[in-house]
Amino acid sequence: MGRYLARRLAQAIVVLWAAYTVSFLILDALPGDPVTAMASAGLDGGQVDPAELAAIRAEYGYDDPLVVRYLTNLGNAVTGDLGNSVATNRPVAETLGAALPPTLQLTAVALLLAVALGSAVALLATYTRRRWLRQLLLSLPGLGVAVPTFWVGLMLVQLLSFQLRLFPAFGNEGAATLVLPALTLAIPTGALVAQVLAKSLLTALDEPYVQTARAKGAGRVRIHLAHALRNASLPALTVVGLLAGQLLASAVVVETVFSRDGIGRVTASAVGAQDLPMVQGVVVLGALVFVLVNLLVDLVYPLLDRRIVVAGRRRSLA
Amino acid sequence: MTELLVKPIAVAAPAAPVAVAEAPAAAGRGTARRLLRFLARRPGLVLSGVLLLLVAVAAFAPGAFTSADPLVGEPAENFAAPGAAHWFGTDELGRDVFARVVHGTALSVKATLIAVGVAFVVGGLLGLVAGFVGGWVEDVVMRLVDVLLSIPALFLSLALVTALGYGTVEVAIAVGIASVAGFARVMRAEVLRVRTAVFVEAARSSGTRWYGVLARHVLPNSLGPVLVLATLELATAVLAVSSLSFLGFGAPPPAPEWGNLVSEGRNYLGNAWWLSTMPGLVVAGTVLAINRIARALDGEWAATR
Amino acid sequence: MSAPLPDGAPLLKIRDLTVSYATRSGPVPAVRGVDLDVFPGEVVALVGESGSGKSTTAHAVVGLLPAGGRIDGGSIHFSGRDLTGASEKELQLVRGARIGLVPQDPTVSLNPTRRIGAQVAEVLRVHGLAGRREAAERAVALLGRAGLSEPAVRARQFPHELSGGMRQRALIAVAIAAGPQLLVADEPTSALDVTVQRRILDHLDTLTRELGTAVLLVTHDLGVAADRAQRIAVMSGGRIVETGPTEQVLTDPRDPYTQRLLASAPSLAAARRAASPVAVRKGDVPAREPLVVAEGLSKDFPLPRGGSGPRVLHAVRNVSFTVERGRTTALVGESGSGKSTTARMVLALTEPTAGRVTFDGTDVTGVRGAALRAFRRRAQLVYQNPYASLDPRFSIEEVVTEPLRAFRVGDRASRATRARELLGRVSLPASVLQRRPAELSGGQRQRVAIARALALAPELVVCDEPVSALDVSVQAQVLELLAELQADTGVSYLFISHDLAVVRQVAHAVVVLRDGEVVESGSTDAIFDAPTHEYTRELLAAIPGTAARIPAPGGTR
Repeated sequence: MGRYLARRLAQAIVVLWAAYTVSFLILDALPGDPVTAMASAGLDGGQVDPAELAAIRAEYGYDDPLVVRYLTNLGNAVTGDLGNSVATNRPVAETLGAALPPTLQLTAVALLLAVALGSAVALLATYTRRRWLRQLLLSLPGLGVAVPTFWVGLMLVQLLSFQLRLFPAFGNEGAATLVLPALTLAIPTGALVAQVLAKSLLTALDEPYVQTARAKGAGRVRIHLAHALRNASLPALTVVGLLAGQLLASAVVVETVFSRDGIGRVTASAVGAQDLPMVQGVVVLGALVFVLVNLLVDLVYPLLDRRIVVAGRRRSLA
Repeated sequence: MTELLVKPIAVAAPAAPVAVAEAPAAAGRGTARRLLRFLARRPGLVLSGVLLLLVAVAAFAPGAFTSADPLVGEPAENFAAPGAAHWFGTDELGRDVFARVVHGTALSVKATLIAVGVAFVVGGLLGLVAGFVGGWVEDVVMRLVDVLLSIPALFLSLALVTALGYGTVEVAIAVGIASVAGFARVMRAEVLRVRTAVFVEAARSSGTRWYGVLARHVLPNSLGPVLVLATLELATAVLAVSSLSFLGFGAPPPAPEWGNLVSEGRNYLGNAWWLSTMPGLVVAGTVLAINRIARALDGEWAATR
Repeated sequence: MSAPLPDGAPLLKIRDLTVSYATRSGPVPAVRGVDLDVFPGEVVALVGESGSGKSTTAHAVVGLLPAGGRIDGGSIHFSGRDLTGASEKELQLVRGARIGLVPQDPTVSLNPTRRIGAQVAEVLRVHGLAGRREAAERAVALLGRAGLSEPAVRARQFPHELSGGMRQRALIAVAIAAGPQLLVADEPTSALDVTVQRRILDHLDTLTRELGTAVLLVTHDLGVAADRAQRIAVMSGGRIVETGPTEQVLTDPRDPYTQRLLASAPSLAAARRAASPVAVRKGDVPAREPLVVAEGLSKDFPLPRGGSGPRVLHAVRNVSFTVERGRTTALVGESGSGKSTTARMVLALTEPTAGRVTFDGTDVTGVRGAALRAFRRRAQLVYQNPYASLDPRFSIEEVVTEPLRAFRVGDRASRATRARELLGRVSLPASVLQRRPAELSGGQRQRVAIARALALAPELVVCDEPVSALDVSVQAQVLELLAELQADTGVSYLFISHDLAVVRQVAHAVVVLRDGEVVESGSTDAIFDAPTHEYTRELLAAIPGTAARIPAPGGTR
């Protein structure tokens, strides 16, 4: 177990490093002059003073060759220094740290909601023997993944907030403001969970070992919960691991729709201001969340299926 | 169970040549009839096809649907609710929303196609090389793919947009590159599956050279699932492109796109619900239609044999 | 639940049973009016080829038809009560408790995420026969009863930690746990090696005799049925074509289908081998040097790192043999014996770790480039699974002409002519040329694969289990075809098989492999009539039908 953990940890660190490198390459090495972008960011279309340009260049180390810049930045990043925002001149790490709690709150609630709703739909759809109910439940996830998140948010605002006045539409204050954004985030995620779980439940119910269980005289509930669900939960768990990062990213859209503070809003305005250090910080944060959640998933896997320790984890979903 | 899979041919077969019923002459007509029956039993699929056809026509010949100007409105007729004159109503400047949606189709479809094209070509090639060459090449490519997968797609797209700048094409490329990893994975998995298949070894051991194996066995047999993925990816790309457009990184106003149309309606949710609702419905309908067709391509058709 | 059976009444009484499967083109009948009795304590074998409806009949008894299956008519009286009208709840009370099922493939029939002990205990828990703790204890005892060593350890293990044979024993423990009156065993050992198969069937015999359990044994193998059953029912096309005491069915079959099945069953046919056309040309001494000489072949595979086990797997160790011109050498062994790896080394598909292969006087070990291609042209391969070895997108003509195209033999027209000729050789009509593999049956596909192997008129064809995926009557046809082709063209075969009965029919020389090493080799007659090694004797004894071949005086076993 210790060895398994150590290997996974090492892999996680390598992935983080590589994500940092990829984002550095995208943002620093692609054509386009970041310095001009930075200088003009605050000026609103005015002319940039060449002397100021040179000063910025020197301050951010853009004089140095790419490799030197990369190594310096990487060295700083390891110590937790992701540089300063170009737009606000405050440290990126500090800004992200301040914006993280509300977003984590939002995504955590959304994830719980998604898993609960998705599992309920999948279990009910595969359990019921009423054809129409099964068809109805199985068609819900398809609908859920097809509707654009931002649009769902606006529709919920319109219906539940403007028409029925059940929940506040905007803002950060209080638990009530969390309901609509969390629901919005949970719908596409829950739909995916439901799709994958329903599919793997149906597969599992067709397996010969379920036949064995039926031949023992086990009832349907027992077969569903004690035999099929445990085997079917592995692919669903993989999906949850992969979705955690997407959930964080979707916060960009949802926080914009609901005017909530958090990582999403920071990201949207950073992209709007071409604030390169901030955008890179967000990308690395995204990778960090992905890596941490998947580390967690990796630790849960062997508890569900003993073969995993031997064979190593298989990611079935592309 | 196995009994169901094998036709009871063995029973009737003596030592003489095994009778093979029915000549293959009528095969072509049979396929057409099979297709018709297949479609007749699936009205949803037919509806999806029609919807996508309409979207395609709107993208290339928007004039076929509406003569109204998408950019210039009649200020006196602003905030008109959907009705016979304006199917989707009018906006704050009195522009016809239906006309704006129809004319916005061109940019949205273009962005979607570019995105899927980039992902398909780049990802497919990476996967093909990784799967067929193997060894350290495969290791390097697949580690890179793992890294791309670890960065949430929207963040990756946003970083690319930051670097490339705003605009429809830039957004399309950003979305496409963010989906490269998925294609590379599926393509590699398929190539590996086919490459290790017994019939490929049979070809190899009967003397076929590697390029022959690649062109005649591996590519044709591994392309199917990748094409299904490409169809599904169309749907994902529609959503991703419209999300970025909604956030304001797509075409600059007043040019209409599906995403920014929803965004423009945001400020009038209270008094003009149709502004956001109608374009959003079009996006959702398109995505549903694409997914339905992808499902039909992915085995449903083959299962009717 | 039901009154005790009157004396002499059958435990299971199936009358006029009709089962069909719903398909897109309407219901397809699978069982058409089957009558069958199983008396208390009796072993009845239900024998038939794939598609005969034998498994469907067995599953109908326990009410576990696959999706789409439906009982259209007839009755299944178990212990005096009709199960066809019973509700799901009532059936649950019967399954496991009064009728046990031993499933077909032990490798996939245990839940991979639960411990063995819990899966056995579940039967007792479901039927309220024991509390949690007591069930766990009795599960251990049952595992021991089913013949597993160290049952307490096994109970705490997961299925993937057990071998196939051990898993089948665990499943037997599940089936007998609640002391049922009837066991339905659906091809219980066809996924296992012959020696394991024999031990498990022996154990099942003993257990059911001790417990007085009746057994409905479903099998495709007449030999197994002959060894194990008191009565045999032969099924074909959804009907029972013949039923009677084992002795009578084997020695005096009335139905033509049964007669044909008996004639083609390799294990039983071996006894009547003298009449077989396959072995006609045996015995004459080859004049020239051997076509293939394999000397000291070894192959190591690196094992995954970690764990405390060895670093490499010695798949093949120091194997030597020859293949004479126009003759057949068979490599025989159970799974893991290294026979397929050896064959691949002979064909230069896998590079040996040590040793060398000489083909027609030239060393072909590790050849590359032009020499390898020249060798490919003269040595071809026929695979075990005709479903996987043909590209599903190719037409039969493309499949058969592929080797010709690879070596640029002839033009399009002459290749098409050659394809027709080759199909004629393997007794297939030219009308299949434009078909896809999926449109052909398994036997037809294997004929196509053989035609492809013959396209370049090779001197050596390696046949890797060429008939083990086929039904017995089709097996016999393909084996005859191979023998005819050898007689006509003088091709040599290296024949890989786990089935000694099949080998006896086709081979001139036999090499017995075990764990990668040669146990014994010699002429077919020598190996079969006077085996010197203990393992060879065990293999021979494990051939099903052995017991039936020497009927004891008095008739009963």
